[in-house]
Amino acid sequence: MAMMTYLEAIRKGIEEEMARDEKVVIFGEDVGGVKGGVFGVTKGLAEQFGDDRCFNTPLTEGQIGGLAVGLGLVGFRAIGEFQFADYILPAVNQLISEASRMRYRTKGDWIAPIVYRAPYGGGVRGGLYHSQTTDKVLFGQPGLRIVTPSSPHDAKGLIKAAIRSDDPVLFYEHKRLYRLLKEDVSDEDYVVPLDKANVVREGDDITVIGYGMVLNHALKAAETLSKEGFEAEVVDVRSLYPLDKETLVKAAKKTGKVLLVTEDNLEGSIMSEISAIIAEEALFDLDAPIKRLAGPDSPSMPYSIALEREFLVDEEKVTNAMRELAEF
Amino acid sequence: MSIKIIEMPHLGESVTEASIAVWLVSEGDRIEKYDPIAEAVSDKVTTEIPSNYSGIVKEFLIDVDTDVEIGTAIVKIQTDEDGENDDTAASADSGDTQDEKSEEFTDHINEEIDKEAEKRPMERQTTSDARQSSSKASSDQGEPNGARYSPAVMRISQERGIDLSQVEGSGKHGRITRKDVLNFDLETQTAPTEKTQQSDGADAKQEDRQTPETSRTADVTRTSNGDEIVPADGIRKAIAKKMVQSTTEIPHAWLMVEADVSNIVKLRERTKAQFKQQEGVSLSFFPFFVKAVVQALKKHPIINTSWDNNSIIYHKDINISVAVATDEHLFVPVIHNADHYSLSGLSKEVNRLASLARDGKLSSGDIQGGTMTVNNTGSFGSIQSMGIINYPQAAILQVESITKRFVPTEDGGFKASDMVNLCLSIDHRIIDGLQAGRFLQDVKDNLSRFSDESDLY
Repeated sequence: MAMMTYLEAIRKGIEEEMARDEKVVIFGEDVGGVKGGVFGVTKGLAEQFGDDRCFNTPLTEGQIGGLAVGLGLVGFRAIGEFQFADYILPAVNQLISEASRMRYRTKGDWIAPIVYRAPYGGGVRGGLYHSQTTDKVLFGQPGLRIVTPSSPHDAKGLIKAAIRSDDPVLFYEHKRLYRLLKEDVSDEDYVVPLDKANVVREGDDITVIGYGMVLNHALKAAETLSKEGFEAEVVDVRSLYPLDKETLVKAAKKTGKVLLVTEDNLEGSIMSEISAIIAEEALFDLDAPIKRLAGPDSPSMPYSIALEREFLVDEEKVTNAMRELAEF
Repeated sequence: MSIKIIEMPHLGESVTEASIAVWLVSEGDRIEKYDPIAEAVSDKVTTEIPSNYSGIVKEFLIDVDTDVEIGTAIVKIQTDEDGENDDTAASADSGDTQDEKSEEFTDHINEEIDKEAEKRPMERQTTSDARQSSSKASSDQGEPNGARYSPAVMRISQERGIDLSQVEGSGKHGRITRKDVLNFDLETQTAPTEKTQQSDGADAKQEDRQTPETSRTADVTRTSNGDEIVPADGIRKAIAKKMVQSTTEIPHAWLMVEADVSNIVKLRERTKAQFKQQEGVSLSFFPFFVKAVVQALKKHPIINTSWDNNSIIYHKDINISVAVATDEHLFVPVIHNADHYSLSGLSKEVNRLASLARDGKLSSGDIQGGTMTVNNTGSFGSIQSMGIINYPQAAILQVESITKRFVPTEDGGFKASDMVNLCLSIDHRIIDGLQAGRFLQDVKDNLSRFSDESDLY
């Protein structure tokens, strides 16, 4: 066990997999050399594994997406880093039409075992180009898994599982959690399943479902509400696509009061889909309207610090929404 | 003039601590904005710290070679400009100041991440203001909502036979929550205050289907003196609920007459063997009584009614509920349009319903829509009883045992006759004693009109 930040846990997971399997390579903008990525996730990997396995690419995201597909076809396990989740957009064609479709298109003869890493999320004064939650752009593409860890423990186990997966996996990392979260992370060689949500706190008054920064807000809010006599069940979605319907519906049925929290815009987010699933599967167990707490339907994210705070779902907003639902 | 604070600046993306290696100025020195004031050392780099202000160095706030967290105040500067003092107000947001020359345009993002990381635990503000800021739209949704229940509350209350009018709501504006229903103690449920729709025995049967009977032995508890406490199953609870509802809502009145059914006994004796052979079912006495009641109901529609919120519903159809006891439970299936049947038809219909009841195969159609009940209490030897009306009907007739008795004759002698007591319970809101008496008299007459020559078909 070692105390590790979320960022260090991701690096540790990548390092372990690169040591385990020489076919694992990692690349992206500023990823190689001594820089080790704009946030330092890949720092030291070039030194440890050589410039052939950890290297820089031009500032061309379409190429990062396509290179990963090609490497997969010839037997590598590619990890392509998009410097910010916002920068994925030029690579969408490679992600959706090539990587996601490879197995289907070739009747399983060819695979694209890729991890696309992308730091996402706001609250870092990144403005429009460095704050977005782009998961909904790529959500719902059969063949493309989307996962995101919300704790250092999951960060290590999930990146390892993603690297080993024969499916292309879009791996979102919340950049504000990079050094905010620390916990004891096992040195063992463990993986976290790519298709399972995780009940991180048990309670029988309300169910809160979220991922990333807002999930950590919800956990703190749950402790506040606990002092007021309400116990919240908190679920980390973790597997954004495909969703772990079984766990989500079960948690919703447990309390009948469901709050879905995302830092994305309110409408058209992944929470909209989770809401539909719960409405379909759990109607007769619902004790209150399914509630969503999210950012406003305006572009994310304002650069002005006051407006950014207004946009973001913070702990206070989560606490209020949870309390309101608990009292309903 | 005002006092400003300079903080330990961010020195790199994962740098959380740094120390001052050497001060480049002394307390009391006059400095200009951007002048270097100190060299800071982290595990990574040595960096000159520029001043954010022009003014006089007032005081060093940390010692040389001591690690401090990023953002810690390191020096006080007395500036020339007017403005708020930093040491009274909250310390300045170092990320907003120009204390560093960005190497890359994304560096400030890393700084923000670090700043957040340093601030743990995350700030929280949950005061009364916070409560007030809760969304208005959704609180409006919780306005007093009368008897509107969530799907979860409806389902659980139906499964458990809970009368929601008796559940106290703990939710917003007194709303009954799922937990209120889950925690409701059925033992405390008393007479219902809400009227239910006409359903006869339907409740009982439906609830039985929804609540699988739990293993009885598993739930048995024992008191200290050895009494067993066995929770009632769903159907028993439904029966209990109906009985309580009937006796608390309906003011019962009772009448009894005795009828001479010697002719019916003779008729049955004469035909039963042949009937069994021809029709495949036994000929009992019961259909004769049903027939007599149906004929009387045609003349006395006031008996075939229901009380409903200060109105009297006169039922067009004559649907006779008949009680069928099994070892476990009592079922009350219905002979629909009983006036359409001959004696033979009634026999067969009673027989059909009884076997369905015993096999547990009654459909909801078989148990709904009864308008009056005829109960064969004589089958278990009773000679007199006071029936509880099958809610929401207006009357129930108990047909008691047929017994041989000596009765006086016109000529002063006596004879042995087959006598039966007919006990009628009535809803006294609808039916007066006179009407009930006339109805019973007609039933009695109808019975006496059978002869040993009567046709069963």
